[in-house]
Amino acid sequence: MHPTEPKLLRAYGDRDGDGMVQLSFTLPLPPSARAREAARRFAEAHGLHEPHVTTMEACAEGFTYFVVYGHSRHSVDVSRIEVPELKEQPLTRDEVDQRIKTRLGRKIVLVGACTGSDAHTVGIDAILNYKGYAGDKGLESYKGFEVHNLGAQVENAALAARALALGADAVLVSQVVTQRNCHKENGAALVELLTRKGQRDGLVLLFGGPRIDHKLALELGFDAGFGPGTKPSDVASFLVHRLCGEA
Amino acid sequence: MAQVPVDESVVSACRRHAAAIADDVQTYVDRHTTVGVERTVARALGALGADDQGAPLANVLVDRYQAAGLLGHGIALPLGRALVRGAASVREAAERLAYGPDIDLLGPGPALGEVRRSLETATAAALAAIDGARTDREARKAALPPAREPLRYVIVATGNIYDDATQTRAAAFAGADIVAVIRATAQSLLDYVPEGPTTEGFGGTFATQENFRIIRRAADEASREYGRYVHQTNYSSGLCMAEIAWMGAVERLDMLLNDAMYGILFRDINMCRTFVDQYVSRRIVARAGIVINTGEDNYLTTADAVEKAHTVLASQFINEALAHRAGLADAQIGLGHAYEIDPRIEDSFLLEIAQAQLVRQVFDRHPIKWMPPTKHKTGDIFQSHVQDALFNLVGVTTRQSIELLGMFSEAVHNPLLMDRYLSLKAANYVFSAARHLGEEIEWRRGGRVEQRARQVLGEAHALLGEVERRTIWDAIERGAFADVKRTRHGGKGYAGVAAREPGYLNPLLEALEA
Repeated sequence: MHPTEPKLLRAYGDRDGDGMVQLSFTLPLPPSARAREAARRFAEAHGLHEPHVTTMEACAEGFTYFVVYGHSRHSVDVSRIEVPELKEQPLTRDEVDQRIKTRLGRKIVLVGACTGSDAHTVGIDAILNYKGYAGDKGLESYKGFEVHNLGAQVENAALAARALALGADAVLVSQVVTQRNCHKENGAALVELLTRKGQRDGLVLLFGGPRIDHKLALELGFDAGFGPGTKPSDVASFLVHRLCGEA
Repeated sequence: MAQVPVDESVVSACRRHAAAIADDVQTYVDRHTTVGVERTVARALGALGADDQGAPLANVLVDRYQAAGLLGHGIALPLGRALVRGAASVREAAERLAYGPDIDLLGPGPALGEVRRSLETATAAALAAIDGARTDREARKAALPPAREPLRYVIVATGNIYDDATQTRAAAFAGADIVAVIRATAQSLLDYVPEGPTTEGFGGTFATQENFRIIRRAADEASREYGRYVHQTNYSSGLCMAEIAWMGAVERLDMLLNDAMYGILFRDINMCRTFVDQYVSRRIVARAGIVINTGEDNYLTTADAVEKAHTVLASQFINEALAHRAGLADAQIGLGHAYEIDPRIEDSFLLEIAQAQLVRQVFDRHPIKWMPPTKHKTGDIFQSHVQDALFNLVGVTTRQSIELLGMFSEAVHNPLLMDRYLSLKAANYVFSAARHLGEEIEWRRGGRVEQRARQVLGEAHALLGEVERRTIWDAIERGAFADVKRTRHGGKGYAGVAAREPGYLNPLLEALEA
């Protein structure tokens, strides 16, 4: 299909173009006929045609929980969407190790940390720890990586200093806590710091976490972003493509 | 009854190993104090308040003595000497020592007997404060129908204590028995306790004595309104473990998360520091009638829940032994564990039920804390709700005591009002529908559940033997728990440890140990 040819899509319920979606939300008022109508109109205001309030229950004093189904009037033109996506084909662990050995001839030094006040190491551990995640072994298990997992609550300055001292090829930053967008601030601050110290160009800088995607990471000045469901081999493959060239 | 066979001789052997491990820790604890312990003593005796920069009086005072290398005498000694020399109160004595041009360098001075007598009134008042809170709790609970287990435990974490109070009442409305206010991220690494009510915090809300009072009022209002005692929980962990235990005891908190092993492994807090802090915090908690929750559930977020299940059980034995040495009764020891096995594994439900039943039987008088799936949650909230349903089914079938309810929005955001409501609604359904399931079924002899329980107990026994031989210090250095390695003198807070001098004075601890 030619990229400029519009392609309009609507949500698919059980027939093409029916636009069926469900919505659940809380309104700060007690349940009543008026509350039900309020929920219906709230859904209508979101573009739902013939909204059907299927559940109305008090979920706290003065608060009501609703489930609503309706036909969304909206559509999206997918021909006009441009999103940077990681295009690298995933490699197996053996392929990764083989390419690092033959093309680079030394280990890739990787430093990972949860930065700022973030104490949630579940993401960085899933990617780096030997055990890995979802049956996919972590980067510590690869022969081709020398992994330094600095853990949680690492200050950006400390991370930059360790990366320099260890001669890191790549830095992986995990941010799980996202309240008031602190993950974006922390990430941007690291990029700025590394740039100021002249370290930025020599590093492949990766950003990961449940509310992070590749687009956001690029906007903040990272080289790649990894969101929920990322497996260690995804990160490994990206690093090999970036650091080991093509042949 | 859906019991698993438990070899009592193996359990006894586990307890013997754990006792030896705990005795070794206790030997160290009894010879040391910390800045956190001494701040707790100062606060308990009356050194309250903060300066205009927000630095607590207890911190300024204790830091001065630590810097002078005199902390090993106990902060009570200079406080008592100042009282003998005419200070009108402990607070005045503390202010003089904290802000005056010079500190008392503890040279020749009043006789020790006289110093001790000068502190008797303040010590008695400190004990009366926590004893009064305990009596109050017991009277309130006696006036309400007893809660049915599993108790339904939910968290609130808005960052603003007044929103937390609203969410506490909302959770009670939906059926919660226990509300925990999650602390602001990284509070565990602060070496002081902030003052006053707080309305800003990332990932949670600061634990302060005033915040404890605000949530206590909201929970008490909800208790009256719904005819059910609503428990309040917070975190006696991190570098201010003992101080928070003290504040929690005074403000009638009902439960405290309290586990040195958790701090060592997951917050990189120095092991020497936190074992000493933990002991004193548990002495306070024991007297106050508070239930502790331990953090073994976390091991399975970094280590594999199938391969490392025995490390949870082994750590529970150690935690029990340490708790006994601090005077905690079994009914106050809420040992933690979790439903964290990869749901893609066939028969994961049977493995979970085997572990939960084993823990229930081994620690049959303990209020076991059962934690929900988190590691294998994704943003698929509908699937997540099903995982939580199975978790609830294991919880009620194996009679877990305290169940932290899973949230379908786990891995997405801190729970919304609605998320918590739906979680409680689902738990209420499963608990009711399967209320007596455990009494009606039996596990097949020699079947999968029995075999798994036997295997986990056997592996825990072997690990405990190894930890005893190596000592806990060395075992942690080698990554025996949670696949995390920590060194004896590494981590945060080691500079705050001091060896006790001969004649170390701590009338609060003496009274709690009596």
